[in-house]
Amino acid sequence: MSSRELTFAEAIREGIYQELKRDDRVFVMGEDVGFEDGAFRVTSGFLKEFGHERIRDTPISENGFVGAGVAAAILGMRPVVELMFADFTGVAMDQIYNQAGKLRYMSGGQVKVPLVIRMAMGGGLSAAAQHSQCLYSIFAHVPGLKIVVPSNSYDAKGLIISSIRADDPVMFFEHKALYDKKLGMVPDESYEIPLGKADVKRNGNDVTVVATAMMVHRALEAAEQLQKEGVSVEVIDPRTLVPLDRTAIFSSVKKTGRIVIVDEDYERCGFAAEVSALIAEHGFDLLDAPIIRVATRNVPIPFNPALEDAVIPNSERIKNAINEVMMA
Amino acid sequence: METSLANERLLEMYQRMLLIRKFEEKVRDLFASGRIPGFVHLYIGEEAIAVGVAAALRESDYVTSTHRGHGHCIARGADVRRMMAELFGKRDGYCKGKGGSMHMFDVSLGILGANGIVAAGCPLAVGAGLTAHLRKTDQVVVGFFGDGATNHGTVHESLNLSAVWKLPIVWVCENNLYAEATPIWATVNISDIAQMGGSYNIPSTIVDGNDVFAVYDAAKVAVKRARAGEGPTLIECKTYRHRGHYEGDPVIYRTRDQEQEWFKKDPIPKFESRLITDGKVTEAKLGSIRLGVEKLIDDAVQFAENSPAPQTEEALDDVFVVPEEALL
Repeated sequence: MSSRELTFAEAIREGIYQELKRDDRVFVMGEDVGFEDGAFRVTSGFLKEFGHERIRDTPISENGFVGAGVAAAILGMRPVVELMFADFTGVAMDQIYNQAGKLRYMSGGQVKVPLVIRMAMGGGLSAAAQHSQCLYSIFAHVPGLKIVVPSNSYDAKGLIISSIRADDPVMFFEHKALYDKKLGMVPDESYEIPLGKADVKRNGNDVTVVATAMMVHRALEAAEQLQKEGVSVEVIDPRTLVPLDRTAIFSSVKKTGRIVIVDEDYERCGFAAEVSALIAEHGFDLLDAPIIRVATRNVPIPFNPALEDAVIPNSERIKNAINEVMMA
Repeated sequence: METSLANERLLEMYQRMLLIRKFEEKVRDLFASGRIPGFVHLYIGEEAIAVGVAAALRESDYVTSTHRGHGHCIARGADVRRMMAELFGKRDGYCKGKGGSMHMFDVSLGILGANGIVAAGCPLAVGAGLTAHLRKTDQVVVGFFGDGATNHGTVHESLNLSAVWKLPIVWVCENNLYAEATPIWATVNISDIAQMGGSYNIPSTIVDGNDVFAVYDAAKVAVKRARAGEGPTLIECKTYRHRGHYEGDPVIYRTRDQEQEWFKKDPIPKFESRLITDGKVTEAKLGSIRLGVEKLIDDAVQFAENSPAPQTEEALDDVFVVPEEALL
């Protein structure tokens, strides 16, 4: 199997491209997906190859075209809808959480909703409060949506392919500061990574760190530094928040007895809180130290880079948290 | 006005209108006696619209509906037994008791759901139209919405998308003069909703929504345009709901005089006298249709009563295609 290094954006692009080639039910829809190759160039060259019918530039009408994607999905198409920024889900919220997430249930299982909604998320670009949020926790909170948050190129390609092939609606969150990073080797051919399967990004024995997207990289940095201080950190990337691979998290904690959860979404009622609650409820006896969450502060994301860095978890904060659970 | 409809079709339309009326009256009584839980919004007074439009459609066409959706479903040929069972929350209901009045759904009849969110069916109509367009079928989609929906951005996004993509959609605005309790003069600064079509270069027409012939004629023209690939049409049907916005609504916002004026324009007696005057049917024939409808309603109630209640664990099914994933 031949493979080469791809950026995060190139990997996602290749996954969508291969699905467009393989399955004529797949089409791409969103703002500037054709005319501009997508705001982050994930759909570059698609318009030229597949034309305006399948690479459909939309007006700035998120609620309208997300809803169009929902109905196309229930009628058997495989729409890949791009929302540009996760922050824009707010204007399409009804179609996401009341329609896409509920039509199968409300209809008593009459329909499937094989819809993918892709969007860029995350901070680090001084994009300020309305272009830097993660927000996946909101969608994990609502029943009916699968939540995918990849952290490297290999995962991104396999997960976008699985998401397009999935029969349920998938919210696919892409960290925008990762797009142009070469994040590992990616096979040429098409492959799937099952939704609901975590990946151990680093093996360790002393403490478990659960992290997603950019936070995986920051956790790995912290782990590298701590290795020199004699602390062996295991880093687990759940990759999908719904469904969540609880088994992988629990078996790691069983080994280490300690857990830090790193989450770039807001701390309050967030994904880290969910993992924390699961461990507290079902794995309390496994713990040798209190659980620590390292998440984004409960404030809007500030514009100033130094302020932004102060609210989003960095490797220093992660390291401190790990040291804290190690001392307990 | 001479109609092109054959006698048999006319009687079928009459039967459907009456079936809607009697179904809704039965629901009103069952709701009042506490045998139907939840909220119900009845279609009494607006039957000519659903039936006039449905008469212009083929079986393979689609409709999206509203919170006041029973009439649209019956007009499309939905089984009143399964509808009643759904209102009772029973397992043989269209949605296995998980949807109720506001989510009546029969994808096999092209009914893409009543909808509990005002205007939310409109983007779904766009998606159904887009699917027909992408598959190059000649299917047509009817998007029903009320006057109350027209101040929702989603309606404008949908009208625009349908026009700019030239989709095979017939937009049908059921203008019953009240957005829930608020009169239309307090919600829009135009006298006719049809004026809105002009902003999107959508041909628009206004009809007497209580005259099934007028509705049918307008729908026929619009459906023909849509099927020929000439794009969407907006039909505004002026009408009046005989009941409140919901059952239990004290209707303090309308005068009894206004109601009496509109009750005189009841679409069903209007249709009956037209049929008699035109010599299309005898009073005896109408009588036998009425008896048949009464029997269907009695059967529906009996069917609903006899249908088993869902098991409580069924509440956890139908979120995702693999049910267990919803719990992870």
